Amino acid sequence: MSTDMTTPDKTTPSTSDSAPAGAPMARMPGRPGAATAKAMALRDVHAFYGDTHAVRGVSLDYAANRVTAMIGPSGCGKSTLLRCINRMHEEIPGAYTKGTIELDGIDLYGKAVDTTAVRRVIGMVFQKPNPFPTMSIFDNVAAGLRLTGRKGSDLKERVERSLHGAGLWDEVKDRLGKPGVSLSGGQQQRLCIARAIAVEPEVILMDEPCSALDPIATLKVEELIADLKERYTIVIVTHNMQQAARVADTTAFMLNGEMVEHGATSVIFTNPTDPRTEQYVTGKFG
Amino acid sequence: MSATIGVLPPVSARRRRTDRVARALLGLATVVALVPLVLVVYYLLKRGLGAISWHFFSTDPTGAFIGDPGGIKSALLGTVEIVGLATLIAVPIGIGVALYLVEYGRDGRFAATVRYFVDVMTGVPSIVFGLFVYITLVIGGFVTDGYAAWKGAVALALLMLPVVTRSAEVVLQLVPDALREAALALGAPRWRVVTRVVLPTAAPGLVTGSLLAVARAAGETAPLLFTSAIVLGTNFSLGQRTNSMPIQIFNDVGQAQDRLVERAWGTALTLVAMILLLNLVARLIARRSRLS
Repeated sequence: MSTDMTTPDKTTPSTSDSAPAGAPMARMPGRPGAATAKAMALRDVHAFYGDTHAVRGVSLDYAANRVTAMIGPSGCGKSTLLRCINRMHEEIPGAYTKGTIELDGIDLYGKAVDTTAVRRVIGMVFQKPNPFPTMSIFDNVAAGLRLTGRKGSDLKERVERSLHGAGLWDEVKDRLGKPGVSLSGGQQQRLCIARAIAVEPEVILMDEPCSALDPIATLKVEELIADLKERYTIVIVTHNMQQAARVADTTAFMLNGEMVEHGATSVIFTNPTDPRTEQYVTGKFG
Repeated sequence: MSATIGVLPPVSARRRRTDRVARALLGLATVVALVPLVLVVYYLLKRGLGAISWHFFSTDPTGAFIGDPGGIKSALLGTVEIVGLATLIAVPIGIGVALYLVEYGRDGRFAATVRYFVDVMTGVPSIVFGLFVYITLVIGGFVTDGYAAWKGAVALALLMLPVVTRSAEVVLQLVPDALREAALALGAPRWRVVTRVVLPTAAPGLVTGSLLAVARAAGETAPLLFTSAIVLGTNFSLGQRTNSMPIQIFNDVGQAQDRLVERAWGTALTLVAMILLLNLVARLIARRSRLS
């Protein structure tokens, strides 16, 4: 797949990744020497649903190998913003995006950019676990590779590595042929995370990944997020402020489609600059 | 009278009476609806069973005025041929149209127009399809002259097309959007999302809908009357006149000979049994479906 968009036209030389064009496969989840994920920059991003202006001029930097939490009341545009990053927003009829989103200096909304390539480097985990019901556990993890036409001879190892990466291997190694939907809710969500990391993205977007899970499953996913940031840049939308405080290095607070404040999680929760942030994190509204 | 009765009054006698009357009326309506159904099955079995034998299935109609009238081999095989070809035409096109409507056209104006015409087609009387094919393909002598099995199949396919399209559309809409999003978010191109995720998920429902359309087409007489017509002998060439069970019944029932009328009953029983079987298979597949 020479369409992998992180390698061609690279203007900003990255620190450690020097994979030549046409060999993006060289970057494996299990690769040695972490800290190779990419940083992202949002500049004046606007998102619309027809006439509805859902995201209003958000500018934000996501540091590489960091977990950034997006918090804010329902309808503040945080999920929409997330879907702009991997260009899923435009799948909704009538929806469109303005502004620039750059991954490692490359404009994801550039004219020559293929949306499928964007989604390959920016994985997504959804609110409700959504394994493919017709596929086995193995096939679910392999789905990303098969659906993007990259089978390869090392499919088995990739699936195993991804399941290890999602902390699910020991629980499912004896029943890889069973349907993915036969797992519990928490396991299904980790299966979806395995599916997302199997295609070796740079960034993982998580849209309230624990809101459908019980506390124990939530804890497992949160521990997993801490592990994953060694290899990926992570953006997590959450309604749960304790969760943001537990998993995120930095936290961004959004309100009515605008970015109110972005800073170190400890600062946002204890000493925010903006009074609206303080009101929200102390539970005065939302 | 204790105080609790004031708080929770019992159901009044009037309401109980109304309830009983309403239940009785609904029960009666159900019985009335069942009477013709039961009678049809009863007469089919009573009159048709006598005609059924190995000879009945293994010989062609003789057409002889006296003596052995023969069986329905040509009609049975003809129906399988014609309906089979009609299925091959209608199912891929119908599922294709439904895929377009659900995955690509969505709420656009063109999709809305197509949907409207599909609905109109569902209501078109079957003889109109027969007439249409008669005018264009039979009279017009398109490819082959005169009546032909494939022309009957085209008429049946036209009849099946809206049924297949509508049922496939409903089933495809049942595939959760979350699955499409999951596949798209992995970087899959839309066509792979459709072929690898949407179609396999919807497959049992698509098969069920198609089988029901087949069952419906198998019993149709009007589209075949002046397209594939009638003939005595078994015929495997799709370019020739071909016998079929509905036409055989239509023809036999009008004859002034008890033997032929009896054959018509036997044919009807066979046809109903076939359609019942198709429906049963469709139901079994639907039950296994992961979408409900």
